[in-house]
Amino acid sequence: MDEALKELGEYCALKLEAALTGFKVAFGELTLEARADDIVSVMRFLRDDARTRFISIIDVCGVDYPERNQRFDVVYHLLSPTQNMRIRVRVLADDVTPVPSITEVFPGADWFEREAYDLYGILFSGHPDLRRILTDYGFDGHPLRKDFPLTGFVEVRYDEERKRVVYEPVKLAQEFRDFDYLSPWEGTDYVLPGDEKAKQ
Amino acid sequence: MTEHDVRTFNINFGPQHPAAHGVLRLVLELDGEVVERVDPHVGLLHRGTEKLIEAKTYLQAVPYFDRLDYVAPINQEHAFALAVERLLGIEVPFRGQLIRVLYSEIGRILSHLLNVTTQAMDVGALTPPLWGFEQREKLMIFYERATGARMHAAYVRPGGVHQDLPQALIDDIEKFTETFPKALDDIDNLITENRIFKQRNVDIATVSLEDAWAWGFSGVMVRGSGAAWDLRKSQPYECYDRLDFDIPVGKNGDCYDRYLIRMEEMRQSNSLMKQCIDLLNSEEGKGPVSTTDGKVVPPKRGEMKRSMEALIHHFKLYTEGYRVPEGEVYAAVEAPKGEFGVYLVSDGSNKPYRCKIRAPGFAHLQAMDFLCRGHMLADVSAILGSLDIVFGEVDR
Repeated sequence: MDEALKELGEYCALKLEAALTGFKVAFGELTLEARADDIVSVMRFLRDDARTRFISIIDVCGVDYPERNQRFDVVYHLLSPTQNMRIRVRVLADDVTPVPSITEVFPGADWFEREAYDLYGILFSGHPDLRRILTDYGFDGHPLRKDFPLTGFVEVRYDEERKRVVYEPVKLAQEFRDFDYLSPWEGTDYVLPGDEKAKQ
Repeated sequence: MTEHDVRTFNINFGPQHPAAHGVLRLVLELDGEVVERVDPHVGLLHRGTEKLIEAKTYLQAVPYFDRLDYVAPINQEHAFALAVERLLGIEVPFRGQLIRVLYSEIGRILSHLLNVTTQAMDVGALTPPLWGFEQREKLMIFYERATGARMHAAYVRPGGVHQDLPQALIDDIEKFTETFPKALDDIDNLITENRIFKQRNVDIATVSLEDAWAWGFSGVMVRGSGAAWDLRKSQPYECYDRLDFDIPVGKNGDCYDRYLIRMEEMRQSNSLMKQCIDLLNSEEGKGPVSTTDGKVVPPKRGEMKRSMEALIHHFKLYTEGYRVPEGEVYAAVEAPKGEFGVYLVSDGSNKPYRCKIRAPGFAHLQAMDFLCRGHMLADVSAILGSLDIVFGEVDR
């Protein structure tokens, strides 16, 4: 299986040339690293080429790495029912430069791109209707970013006096308890003094 | 045409509407009774599942999957467990695989029964849901007897399943598989040839296979359009490659074909359950239900009373949890509603760095505008019914 994926990756790298920056096979899955500007042509190639035929869009999603300069990964998953193969395409993005939308290639990418915009603030150029989708009407911020707190900023309740739902800043009765389980007391990556004498 | 002649108007369908199958708000633009445009507003049930999972250990993330498609909870957990197992590189013992398949198929019947009968209700029939729910009740009791919960099971965990099944339960499920085809035939007689049901569903929302792929459809939605595509056959996981079953395929890609496929899939699931029970009762199907790797699966209660090592493992696994090697995987299962996938990114710590849930209903619902255009207002609820939407998974 890995051999076939590697072959496919090499084929794509050969055909797409500069549009790809690399590919890798890990855990039995093929990942293509593409340049954001060329994503539409990459998608069109993967859909139309006789050896790939990735005609089904499975998923588009964002991943946030705040410490990076281009903080977002946009990850596309495609499926080829004729080849019975899956592929993952990754491009890098930041929060100001839009990524070209692939809705003209796959109409099914529409809501997935809206979701990535809603939850991460990744912009897509050429998208027909880039609105928020999952969060509340009038929501502020992008909740799946790593710097967005788990509890959010506002909470809602029905106000009996004003006869409507009101938004208020979150009040926690108890501090959110985030335990650090990654303390170093289990397992060391150096040899403990004396252990070198033990028989392996 | 003057301004006066144009008679389009907007109506708001839901969010509180029995035919919306949950909290869906549709803004419909109508020309008379013909639908010109549909704008679904989703997210009314958004709970931030993916964000919450990022703050929990891998084991603590499992129950969130029950709350996605709450009609067939175990199928969802299964996808997550497969993703974690792929990263950890562990194998599930054969008995564990059989139990997973058995309960996945129970979940499939649960979901299809609900969908088929409520779709009949959406177009005017009242008896099918009553008959269907009687069978669902029996299946939910099987859930309860295995997991302690009728719906939110938290049963399929990375490494295997939580507990073994008692023999009495296996025998009762076997009895159920003998009576269930009769109940299914009754529902079949009630709906399949019904004139009203046919008038409301035949040739409604036909999808060509090409469109179905491009819109990201999966499961019954592509099988209805003529593709013999089922992840259980084409990319087998667990022990599906050892079991014998057929994939029903539609010809016309309309609501009626999708209904027929769901009916046939229930029969296939019933036969799969029988095969699993036979294997569970055979010599080969005996043994542990989860991997014996103490670094992933906590020890049994009895062991903890005697073994210090087991006690330490138990404590560590329920506080820190296990660490999963760095990497990313996409694992998918054939859930009743289509391809349910989990894209898991691990940074090597004890919590998922990113867990994207790919819900089949999300991809299906976004095609509402494409499917409903040019149909009548009354067809909207029939189309919605045949898409098989559950808002727990669409909104996440």
